[in-house]
Amino acid sequence: MRATPVPEFMLEPAYDPSGSGRDPIGAGALASKGLNVRHGTILTLEDINVSFDGFKALTNLTLYIGVGELRCIIGPNGAGKTTMMDVITGKTRPDNGVAYFGETLDLTQMSEVEIAQSGIGRKFQKPTVFEALSVFENLELAQKTNKSVWASLRAKLTGEQKDRIDDVLQTIKLDASRQRPAGLLSHGQKQFLEIGMLLVQDPQLLLLDEPVAGMTDAETEFTAELFKSLARKHSLMVVEHDMGFVGSIADHVTVLHQGSVLAEGSLEQVQADERVIEVYLGR
Amino acid sequence: MTMPMNQTLLARASAKLGPQASMAIGLLVLAVLLAMPLLHLLPADNALHVSAYSLTLVGKILCYCIVALALDLVWGYAGLLSLGHGLFFALGGYAMGMYLMREAAGDGLPAFMSFLAWTELPWYWYGTSNFLWALCLVVLAPGLLALVFGFFAFRSRIKGVYFSIMTQALTFAGMLLFFRNETGFGGNNGFTNFRTILGFDITSAHTRAVLFLATVVLLVASLYLGWRLARSKFGRVLTALRDAENRLMFCGYDPRGYKLFIWVLSAVLCGLAGALYVPQVGIINPSEMSPTNSIEAAVWVALGGRGTLIGPLLGAGLVNGMKSWFTVAFPEYWLFALGFLFIVVTLFLPKGVIGLLRRKSS
Repeated sequence: MRATPVPEFMLEPAYDPSGSGRDPIGAGALASKGLNVRHGTILTLEDINVSFDGFKALTNLTLYIGVGELRCIIGPNGAGKTTMMDVITGKTRPDNGVAYFGETLDLTQMSEVEIAQSGIGRKFQKPTVFEALSVFENLELAQKTNKSVWASLRAKLTGEQKDRIDDVLQTIKLDASRQRPAGLLSHGQKQFLEIGMLLVQDPQLLLLDEPVAGMTDAETEFTAELFKSLARKHSLMVVEHDMGFVGSIADHVTVLHQGSVLAEGSLEQVQADERVIEVYLGR
Repeated sequence: MTMPMNQTLLARASAKLGPQASMAIGLLVLAVLLAMPLLHLLPADNALHVSAYSLTLVGKILCYCIVALALDLVWGYAGLLSLGHGLFFALGGYAMGMYLMREAAGDGLPAFMSFLAWTELPWYWYGTSNFLWALCLVVLAPGLLALVFGFFAFRSRIKGVYFSIMTQALTFAGMLLFFRNETGFGGNNGFTNFRTILGFDITSAHTRAVLFLATVVLLVASLYLGWRLARSKFGRVLTALRDAENRLMFCGYDPRGYKLFIWVLSAVLCGLAGALYVPQVGIINPSEMSPTNSIEAAVWVALGGRGTLIGPLLGAGLVNGMKSWFTVAFPEYWLFALGFLFIVVTLFLPKGVIGLLRRKSS
């Protein structure tokens, strides 16, 4: 009797240590309640295609992020890093492909607001804070709570929520400027405020677009420590150009090139990869 | 170092001006406004008598102040520049006007319908002889229109100058519609020749005084409402929406609901102001919907200082005060003066008059 072969799409992606881009890792780490991450993968992108007026920004992009993982994405300008984040957060709809948050949430069917509420936080490339509001008020708005109109009309901070904001203010070292309008902060402080807003939002997956741009060396070092302490409890995806920073935080690096994954593995591995050297040095 | 353009909290403004000083000025203005209708009741030969002309003029300006405040809630706080708020004002006015026309006509048809040889009331006039229903219409007509318009505009993420142009087009369309005799609102003559309101003679000193007091109450109530909103988390979300809508969405807020709420609230406030304006001024016609009226309201807010609660009131008061003086003294130069004023404010006072006062006091 002939055994019917199981179609390929029904198979779990197998763990492939050589880094083919189809290896969900981080299995076994615990995710917060409410999100189905049975197989240890918090984010699944498969064969994503995005084109703008014929220009292919993403081609067959496939990427998995494991629960509790800290993943760095690097790649030359125009590699599709920001477009990928736009796809994950619902800002851009892919032409085709699969994008799942956990096992059950189809990101291509959800609005930006629904995606944010389900637990994906994003830091923009250019620090974006509410400039007219004070530092404290910025954190108050970002805090995880009921965000409907009616709730906001009658919202009052509980002691617990205030303590949480105070904690984060300490963490991001902005306690002294809590009443200053955010528009008056320095560039680096705005970066930290935006990171703080993500912290109080308490998302399960954090997307960080160039978080250390414009920071001093000391601030960068501090940020690296902060991110490392966040991993495990949260999953992080960091897009960054600063190789020193990437080396200090990442256990796993993905290189994007022309809209798809070029290489994946530890920083040493990808730095030794012939194709990566070619792309970066233009040989 | 420049302060950011907006101030979310009125508290910050008064902290600079000195809370006692601004409180005292506010109370003084309120006392004068409350005294005016009482002084109007004095006999005409008394030295303190306030003439019907002045009372009506101030009452009219107070209605404009409410419009300015309502416009500031959507423009100054939520960043939606509406150039069509005159439409909501006029709709509230027309709703009240329908009641006044029915009151004046008694059991017959309003005079303009008799001229058109109509024999029965159009369906939408049904029940307008009832004051309470008229009040409902005052709220419902502008409120529902704003709800429907806002729902589609915000769903399609129309913002910035496109939103302004669409509101402008809306009020223009309204004006053309109301100019038609067939629409059933008196065509280009609109409604006038009112006689009584709730059975009281509309021109009597007592009625005028009560209408004036009602306007003051509505203004104070709107101010209180605006103050509560600006201080609530809702107000802070609106400010955030104005400055960084994308960021707010990625924080998990749906901007559509917030915009729609403040937009409809603002339209209803305008409608109520219009309803108090019509019995005091004694006429409503489609020219109230003309685009220039709505643009002028935006000028009041810009001149007074948007993003503050007191600024728009100052702006509406100053411009209209000047207007009534100018149009008597040098009628042909008023529009030049208004344009000049607007240019001066845009160039030198980006935060409006209130910004100037603040700079002086700090």
